[in-house]
Amino acid sequence: MASKKLSFEESLGRLDEIVRHLEKGDLPLSDSLSLFEEGTALLSSCSKMLDEAEQKVVKLRKGPDRSPEELPFEDDMV
Amino acid sequence: MERQVLTVLELNSRIQGLLELDPMLRSIGVQGEISNYKVYSSGHHYFTLKDSESSLSCVMYRFQAVKLRFRPENGMKIRAFGKVDVYPRDGAYKLYCSSIEPEGTGDLQIAFEQMKAKLEAEGLFRAEHKKPLPAFPKTIGIITSGSGAAVHDMIRILGHRWPMTKLVLLPVRVQGVEAPPEIVGAIRYANEFKVADLLIVGRGGGSMEDLWAFNDERVARAIYASQIPIISAVGHEPDVLISDYVADRRASTPSNAAEIAVPDWRDIRDELDHLDIRSRQAMQKKMDYLREHLDNLASKRVLNDPTVYIDNRRLELDYRAEKLLTAAERQITVKRRSFEMLGASLDAMSPLRVLSRGYSIAEDEAGRPLRSVGELRPGGRVSLLMSDGQADCVVEDIRQGDEIWHPKN
Repeated sequence: MASKKLSFEESLGRLDEIVRHLEKGDLPLSDSLSLFEEGTALLSSCSKMLDEAEQKVVKLRKGPDRSPEELPFEDDMV
Repeated sequence: MERQVLTVLELNSRIQGLLELDPMLRSIGVQGEISNYKVYSSGHHYFTLKDSESSLSCVMYRFQAVKLRFRPENGMKIRAFGKVDVYPRDGAYKLYCSSIEPEGTGDLQIAFEQMKAKLEAEGLFRAEHKKPLPAFPKTIGIITSGSGAAVHDMIRILGHRWPMTKLVLLPVRVQGVEAPPEIVGAIRYANEFKVADLLIVGRGGGSMEDLWAFNDERVARAIYASQIPIISAVGHEPDVLISDYVADRRASTPSNAAEIAVPDWRDIRDELDHLDIRSRQAMQKKMDYLREHLDNLASKRVLNDPTVYIDNRRLELDYRAEKLLTAAERQITVKRRSFEMLGASLDAMSPLRVLSRGYSIAEDEAGRPLRSVGELRPGGRVSLLMSDGQADCVVEDIRQGDEIWHPKN
């Protein structure tokens, strides 16, 4: 499945949908199994995103052509 | 003593000089109620200050009036500060105001209420204009001072709750005259370059004066015009500013804005666990159901005793044969009945039936039926057919026409 391409929000939405389908229980076994498999993959990719997330903080500056330039944010606090 | 005669100007100037001798009149406060408030096209403000028994002409020149933070209105109780002077051209003394303070509530409070009423009347605070915040913002733009506790609190709390969101800081001054245009510029810039899908605009606590930029009309209009949803995060819990009313969401403090802006990953982790359990349970249920169905099928007699099939087919065959027989019998009965009915009507039409009613048929010797006396000759032979037999006869006499019908004539 292309679950790697989904954002966290999209993954969560898709997971919700999968669980609702599975809970309805009216799908043929093979479809249920492939949904279950997709759900499991989404769950682990979401978990991974949570585990590996690292906060990015930048300061924006207007570049010479006005478009934004990202600078590292130094702690101005002493 | 000869009375002295002065020109009008000389008199007015003399009075002016007298007034100038009283230092108190050079810097004085007067309290009263405003009436006849007028702003001339020159930009000077003119009004009358009244109490129950007296009234005083007042003027506030344009260069002083621009510093007013609220709009003086008729009926408002104020304290006006300035000097008393004579305007020689019309010989009237006036209070030349340098500042005006509302009585009771402060001028900032009045200015706030007036701005709030104005923007509310324009519909800037209407709920239908509020944009929903993204559930999982990818990038949050933070428009606040680059130093100070507020920005650090927000970065810390956002990272603690949802480190997946990138933060871009757009540092601005948050107090003083430069603050409103800088805040407005940052909001517009963020929109122009779509640097974030959520903006937090605010600052930490301070005096009403310090927070004033967030009551600025330009800031309010920039927030209203933003395509990116905005959380207003100014001061401490009790501080409510114009930016709070016009923003898509009000946070009571910058830290609170960080809590509103992103979910807590612990809650989302719980939600994921819950989804995991639900999908496993649903799958288990499906398997149990299929297993049960399979067991049911396996226990059916047909799979255990092959003759059941044949027995069932035989019963069916017998049933069909029975039905066929019944149908055939019914057909025969129907056919027989219609045959009998046909016989009866044939019988009714038979010439033999006519003979039985007393008629007879005459035939010549060749057996052809005779229709006319013209076919007869005297001495000829005819046969009479009657219902029960036949008589051979000889023709004795022949009479034509209606003689037969009028034998008595």
